[in-house]
Amino acid sequence: MKETRTLPTDYVTKPGRTSSGRTLRTDEMIINMGPQHPSTHGVLRLEIVVDGEIVVDVIPHIGYLHRCFEKHAEHMTNYQQVIPYVDRMDYLSSMNNDWAYALAVEKLLKLEIPDRVQHIRVIMAELQRIASHLIAVGTYAIDMGAFTPFLWCFRDRERILDLFELTCGARLLYNYIWVGGVSHDLPPGFAEKAKDFCRDFRETMQEVHDVLTYNEIFIKRTANVGVLPKDVAINWACSGPMLRGSGVDWDLRRDDPYGVYHKFDWNVQIGKGEVGTVGDCWDRYIVRMREMEESARLIEQALATLPEGNVQSAIPKRIRPEAGDAYVRSESPRGELGFYVISDGTASPYRVKGRAPAFVNLSVLPEISRGAMIADLVAIVGSVDIVLGEVDR
Amino acid sequence: MEELLRPLFSDDYGWLLYIILAAPPMVFILLYALITVWTEMKISAHMQDRVAYMYTGPHGILQPLADILKLIQKENTVPAAANKPLFFLAPFLVFIGTYAGFATLPFSSAYIGSNINLGVFYILAVTSIVVVGLLMAGWASNNKWSMFGAMRSAGQIISYEIPTALALLVAVMITGSLNLQDVIRFQEGGIQNWVVFGGSLPLAQKLPLIPFTAIAFLIMFIAGIAEVNRTPFDLPEAESELVQGYNTEYSGMKFAIFYLAEYANMYLVSGVAACLFLGGWSSPFGDFMSGPIWGVFWIVLKAYGFVVLQIWIRWTLPRLRVDQLMYTSWKVLIPFLFVCVFATGLILVL
Repeated sequence: MKETRTLPTDYVTKPGRTSSGRTLRTDEMIINMGPQHPSTHGVLRLEIVVDGEIVVDVIPHIGYLHRCFEKHAEHMTNYQQVIPYVDRMDYLSSMNNDWAYALAVEKLLKLEIPDRVQHIRVIMAELQRIASHLIAVGTYAIDMGAFTPFLWCFRDRERILDLFELTCGARLLYNYIWVGGVSHDLPPGFAEKAKDFCRDFRETMQEVHDVLTYNEIFIKRTANVGVLPKDVAINWACSGPMLRGSGVDWDLRRDDPYGVYHKFDWNVQIGKGEVGTVGDCWDRYIVRMREMEESARLIEQALATLPEGNVQSAIPKRIRPEAGDAYVRSESPRGELGFYVISDGTASPYRVKGRAPAFVNLSVLPEISRGAMIADLVAIVGSVDIVLGEVDR
Repeated sequence: MEELLRPLFSDDYGWLLYIILAAPPMVFILLYALITVWTEMKISAHMQDRVAYMYTGPHGILQPLADILKLIQKENTVPAAANKPLFFLAPFLVFIGTYAGFATLPFSSAYIGSNINLGVFYILAVTSIVVVGLLMAGWASNNKWSMFGAMRSAGQIISYEIPTALALLVAVMITGSLNLQDVIRFQEGGIQNWVVFGGSLPLAQKLPLIPFTAIAFLIMFIAGIAEVNRTPFDLPEAESELVQGYNTEYSGMKFAIFYLAEYANMYLVSGVAACLFLGGWSSPFGDFMSGPIWGVFWIVLKAYGFVVLQIWIRWTLPRLRVDQLMYTSWKVLIPFLFVCVFATGLILVL
């Protein structure tokens, strides 16, 4: 393990190599990118040492969005009250966060979940995955200077948010997946709307492929940039599209199954280095694009096999698990989202620890961006797809 | 025009004549900028499934005026550590560089700001002042991101002036004049006489020239986009990389003047391309719809067509990286143009 790195002092004090013999360091410049910078996706601050346009070193500084999630969770009066806080961790994929936390508590309680609830959870989580990836892809287009695909992505995301609003009334932070069930059953007409969405969404994907994915300039900007080799990705515990982009065939929905994913027919997408090296920015991008199509397949299958039933029958009246602990991991749009919950037998959790994929993925950033150009650094940060709410918690 | 108006002024008031002569391009730039801001917003909106301005006037046509009103009211903030004289001067220098270019840009057979015999050369030379203005803005802001933008723009504009100049050279060799009015007169008589189709040369010379003039025209257009810093060459103000580049620290009217200069520059490069390759104010149908009044219509139509094309490209393509930008200029465009210039010369001599 490396120690926390600080800026080496020799960047400022080492004598320079000017021809006049003066000790003026002219080669490198320290520049601050963020927290108020358009392409740091929130409040990430990067301290960059640049030599002209070349990035010599990057030091990410985090913590601007720290909201004491874990401490808050300990002070709730019951387990259910933690869920709205979990929502706010990765605010672009609240459904996946809710589900992961609910799974952990359900494991402590050893609850059996009705089949209808399982299907609804899959539908919601996959819709959320599409919504989250649409933002990742859209903002990535903006990072590359293409504005139009961004708005196409947001137009489609809007329809997902409409579906969520129809179901539970909220558009961003849902508090929808509860321990043992979900807060509302699917409203009438949901299935048709969701199917229509999946159909129209594929057309948008085709448009984005035409305008962005196979655009010569876009390929030039992303292929062979920020290459994350397989072994580095595994050593730095990367997960999600970051890991799959490097060619590692690993998806928790298949390899550590939860919910009812094993019932459906779908594939894990990995980066193959089609236009460059395996593990470059383009691979991470294309993995997200293809995962969205897989998610649409999952939604259609789950809607087709949706059983009848009561979605709230398994919700316990009083959640008071026996003393013990449980760790559950799940595949959020950003990677392996884990919750470690310790119970001391009372009505509220003794300790909740979140394993945030965006935080872990971000840690590899300096490793893959040394020697790149400033424009590449923007491409790399965008391809990591961080959500600062989750990094800082 | 100058000859017509001169008798109206005594020698003591000669300077008034020049102000009157300089006014039409200014009025044109202001009107054109208002219209183009609106056009750009509408084009981008329709490409992106939006409706854009809808409330200020029918279909929002008054919105650019409202924007200007807002910009005038805004406070002119100056960073405490900025170099104030340079900071104030920079936007005006950028605009002057562009506006001076309009002096030799013809608007019709009857109106040209200054009918000098080095028109093409003058435009190339005087628009280089823009680089000084941009560098000044970046340096005076005392902001590292602004400085990055300024350095990028200097490198970019200088690199792309060479392909522009070489492409112009192809047209100038064919027409045999640096005066834009003469260049256009050479192309009169219909669409087949445009330089992009070989000019009004004998058919035996014209046909082998067409591939080279077409390539020169295409490169002229690409280099033009790079010179006005528009996507895919908008690196100096690459929002996602450099915040806003050289104009990060500017606000209010100074910021607006940068944009006015950018829009004016878009028209200038489009106008020069239209004059040199597409017959300027001459009608594409020979004598039909030609004359000084129709001339204004034709040249504005041709140049504005390119402006719309630039807008279309901007909202479609991503941005190049700085090294790829240089590569495109030095290793792709310039070798192609050397071939074009050489081949054109050979065909003209033979």
